[in-house]
Amino acid sequence: MRYAMAVDTRKCVGCSDCVVACQTENNVPLGFCRDWVVEVMDGTYPQLEIEIRSERCNHCVNSPCVRCCPTGASHFAEGGIVLVKKTECIGCGACIASCPYDARYPHPDGYVDKCTFCIHRIKNGMKPACVEVCPTKCMYFGDLDDANSDVSVILKKRKYKTLIPEAGTNPQLYFLI
Amino acid sequence: MKEELFVSGRMNQMIDPSLNIWHWQIPLYLFLGGMAAGILCIAALYYIRGREKDYYTAVRITPFLAPVLLVLGLLALFIDLRHKLYFWQLYTNIKLQSPMSWGAWTLMVITPVSFIWCALHIKDIFPNWDWKFKWLKDLEVFFNRYKKALAWVMLIYGLILGIYTGILLSAFNARPLWNTSILGPLFLASGLSAGAAATLIMSKDQAERKQFAKIDLVIIGIELFLLIHMFMGYLASTQVQIEAAKMFLGGQFTMSFWIFVVILGLLVPGLLEILELRKFHIPVLISPILVIFGSLMLRFIIVYAGQVSRWLY
Repeated sequence: MRYAMAVDTRKCVGCSDCVVACQTENNVPLGFCRDWVVEVMDGTYPQLEIEIRSERCNHCVNSPCVRCCPTGASHFAEGGIVLVKKTECIGCGACIASCPYDARYPHPDGYVDKCTFCIHRIKNGMKPACVEVCPTKCMYFGDLDDANSDVSVILKKRKYKTLIPEAGTNPQLYFLI
Repeated sequence: MKEELFVSGRMNQMIDPSLNIWHWQIPLYLFLGGMAAGILCIAALYYIRGREKDYYTAVRITPFLAPVLLVLGLLALFIDLRHKLYFWQLYTNIKLQSPMSWGAWTLMVITPVSFIWCALHIKDIFPNWDWKFKWLKDLEVFFNRYKKALAWVMLIYGLILGIYTGILLSAFNARPLWNTSILGPLFLASGLSAGAAATLIMSKDQAERKQFAKIDLVIIGIELFLLIHMFMGYLASTQVQIEAAKMFLGGQFTMSFWIFVVILGLLVPGLLEILELRKFHIPVLISPILVIFGSLMLRFIIVYAGQVSRWLY
């Protein structure tokens, strides 16, 4: 099993509903976010192009955060989801410094927090909160090992990219272009 | 011209606009640990080579600094932890891929060893010292019998401690400035020179001082060589590492790095030591203090600048 997510940069309007849904679903402390929206504008006026991306932890296959964690608090859960075990995290910040996407943040309670792909929802057969609420339906989630999952189907049809693949992390968050 | 405008909705504290997760505690610890490693390595090396009489201060007196530095460093590390009550998790796990894990275990070995080494020499400082309990006296006899083995442990773990402080940072490929394997040897050299400087301050023996001024001079040369190598590596590497090097070549860390680390921390003390070896009268404290200061500044600047350097996408 290999969970992955795809975000359609051509459909995303940057409404940030995914961000709010995540904060509500996961009780993310005020002032922090586990997912966020990035807008990249290219070109010179009037030939402008905009790409909007809903970004979060890439749940990398070769995760620097799991590698450098001194206690094993950062670990792979089922389907390759990268999780932090609160009661093993010492809050040293090594994983935060190791993430090229800066997807982690220090929770005010001391431990390090991040996107979980809403593992508690997936286990009950639901989609992650951000995917569920997206008004343009621009996000796809599922198991890459299952050829009929939403994410496998869309990745077969469309061109896509990942973020900083040259960092060697093998990210599992795909952006349809 | 093709332009790009990047807007991110993320504003997490200590992450944005640029990473700021490690503050004064980490560079201070890297410095204290590196200096302790330098002191212990030099003491162990000269003891093993049977030069205890020639370099009395370095082998028997300067090591008294090491446990103090290590304890202060550990304290700084502990203050840095955000989930402090769980710190013991470090010692229920061995993670070979995590430099921080084997650093924690190295400290677990080298700290007690440094205390034992001092205990064996405490009568040099307090001639009337009495251990009071018989089992303590027995322990002293035991460690004195195996002092050579102890010195080997101290030498090897000292080297690991000195080099790991650099590897700790170089293992992060997310921060292009840190992601160079030169950092390990550079921090080791800087720690050794701070250790040699400590003996230079404490020794009253002219012959020993002269030897340590020479050692310091050689290590300063090595550090300059490593620094040049490091920048050559950055400039010949990928765009992100070129950007990282630019922070020191005209960017925001240019002044602090070249003035505090290179000029005041390496070139000036090197020059003063050359003059001193040529029999000019230079106040004894100036160059070792500058070396120690430069060693501290190197850690601070590398840790802070490294957090600013990043991948762009």
